[in-house]
Amino acid sequence: MDMSTSVMISVTLEKLPRRQPATVAGIDWAQLAVPEARRLRELGFDEGVAIEVLHRATLGSGPIACRIGRMTVALRRAVAGAIHVSTP
Amino acid sequence: MTPAPLVALVGNPNSGKSALFNALTGARQKVGNYPGVTVERHAGRMALDDGRPVELLDLPGAYSLEPSSPDERVTRDVITGAQAGERLPDAIIVVVDAANLDNHLRFALQLIALGLPVVVALNMIDLATRDGLTLDPEALARELGVPVVPTVAVRRRGIDDLKQALAGVIGHGTAVRLAAGDGSVTDDIVALQRRARAIALAGTISETPVRRWTHAIDAIALHPVAGLILLTAILFLMFQAVFTWAVVPADAIDAGFADLGNAVRATMPDGVLRSLIADGVIAGVGAVVVFLPQILILFFFILLLEASGYMVRAAFLMDRIMAAVGLSGRAFIPLLSSFACAVPGIMATRSIEDEKDRLTTILIAPLMTCSARLPVYTLIIGTFIPNNPVFGFVRLQGLVMFSLYMMGIVGAFFAALVLRRTVTKGASSGFMMEMPKYQWPRARDVLIGLYQRAWIFLRRAGTIILFSTIILWALLSFPKPPAGSDISEVNYSVAGRIANTITPAFEPIGFNRDITLALIPAMAAREVAVAAIGTVYAIDDPDAPAGQESMIENLRKRWTLPTALAFLMWFVFAPQCISTIAITRRETNGWKWPAFMVGYLFVLAYIASGATYWIASAIGL
Repeated sequence: MDMSTSVMISVTLEKLPRRQPATVAGIDWAQLAVPEARRLRELGFDEGVAIEVLHRATLGSGPIACRIGRMTVALRRAVAGAIHVSTP
Repeated sequence: MTPAPLVALVGNPNSGKSALFNALTGARQKVGNYPGVTVERHAGRMALDDGRPVELLDLPGAYSLEPSSPDERVTRDVITGAQAGERLPDAIIVVVDAANLDNHLRFALQLIALGLPVVVALNMIDLATRDGLTLDPEALARELGVPVVPTVAVRRRGIDDLKQALAGVIGHGTAVRLAAGDGSVTDDIVALQRRARAIALAGTISETPVRRWTHAIDAIALHPVAGLILLTAILFLMFQAVFTWAVVPADAIDAGFADLGNAVRATMPDGVLRSLIADGVIAGVGAVVVFLPQILILFFFILLLEASGYMVRAAFLMDRIMAAVGLSGRAFIPLLSSFACAVPGIMATRSIEDEKDRLTTILIAPLMTCSARLPVYTLIIGTFIPNNPVFGFVRLQGLVMFSLYMMGIVGAFFAALVLRRTVTKGASSGFMMEMPKYQWPRARDVLIGLYQRAWIFLRRAGTIILFSTIILWALLSFPKPPAGSDISEVNYSVAGRIANTITPAFEPIGFNRDITLALIPAMAAREVAVAAIGTVYAIDDPDAPAGQESMIENLRKRWTLPTALAFLMWFVFAPQCISTIAITRRETNGWKWPAFMVGYLFVLAYIASGATYWIASAIGL
């Protein structure tokens, strides 16, 4: 049986290519500081929400701007690394 | 008489809350402070349709009832009745961004659960429509159980409907349930968020994807290369404007004060009172008010960048660089504001959540060249630096001015780097920010902001600066030397004697007595240094005509170039004005950090001035 069409590929938001539509698969809350985790929840980060990387600041190691729901949110790569996303 | 009902405007950051506040109250606003914290309290008055007056309160934007900054704490405390000195509001207007219901309704649900009478303003409905959203306010009202009024604050649409809905709910409150922190379902952000999404879905009739122009602009504004070029261009334009647009109004103000001084000299009999008014008050205050145009132009740009939504983009671009010295992109906004004045800059650090990060930003904010230093720079550069072309359109005076700004910035980065490894050591801070949609700033909102800044500046000129120039005039004028004495009036005066005593400490770095004399009142407000020099020479040379001309002549006679350069350098790092020290004390809750700040800046200033003086003297300038 060919599984390739049904298997979701999971990467972190940090590695998600720009403009690639994805959904949040899970967030590794343990990797985040308490205030960071709370702010992330307040900004609407949650399993199943549509997400897309819009911009990466300076090439290399700057922050990432992503669209989450109807908002654009900027966050650092370390935080983006704790957000697992799945692409269809 | 019972006081007018109190209505609080509450909402997420970027919900257009302040624009709605401006639309509801117009210019009838009062900006104050909450006791004990430096959170600005914006209050205003408005009348309902039935004539009832209402006091309106614009609370700081918040994401939830669990505060993560002093601003958000005030919001929580006011609407739960826990804020000292503030009544529990009789009703709240919850402002939500119509195009971002998923997120904003979550906070709205928390607020509604508090039990106060609520009206929801479905704000920026025009932008939602532009984004291809068609909403059903009635369905939203049904789901939320409170009136929902579509508004466009910046165009004053829906304001009357909002007032009507407000009139309907005031006085019909249920008992207040102080839900914050009681562990009920309203504290579970994720559950609330899911409910908010369901309501947003129920209230959305249709959604057609359109290409949003915010994304189109961001493609350039946030581009790793183009974005930085754009940011540099904007900052260049901003500083260029400060120095060129201000010339005409500043000259007019200077001429006005000079005429006034001359008129007083011509009409009043010679004596102490004439000297006080002409040499003390008019010369001193005039020397400061001249800089009102420059300060307003700088604030104009900062207000514009904030209102348009660009400021957060700048923070995004700068985050990488700020991270290198242990700060976050968020520090960029307070630091940029500090170019206007360190006081609002330091107040703006409240949006930085990490404590160490915030403290570091406060400590380096005074190194950004504030507009109060402009008078000093402009006068000294104009007097001592020839305006030769260096290359192309770049001239030497502009280049020196630019270098002074750059030195402050480089000094600040260096200081941050050292501080983050020593006194404010801690885990690296984060950077997480919502990027608002771009908006065309409304003239009305910008004008109200400018008016408030102008008023604060003029009040300063009318109080601290007026007061310190009068004291300085008195110290400079008394006691009078006996008739026939060959000691000059200034040298014989109290101020002259004080300056003569402390001058030896400053002589190694090239400061003469006039400068040490000016440094004392400059602690009150930096621009007073210019006023002080103006007063010193006006008293020393009473026959000279009023205005900047004679001051420049005096400076050229009495100062050498190395001294002038050392003096400029002093002001790059200069220990802080009283207002900055006071705000630092308030923001850091004690004297420890302001004392540290003054100490380290004093040492920096002394070393930098000394080095400049010695090098300049050694190469024969």
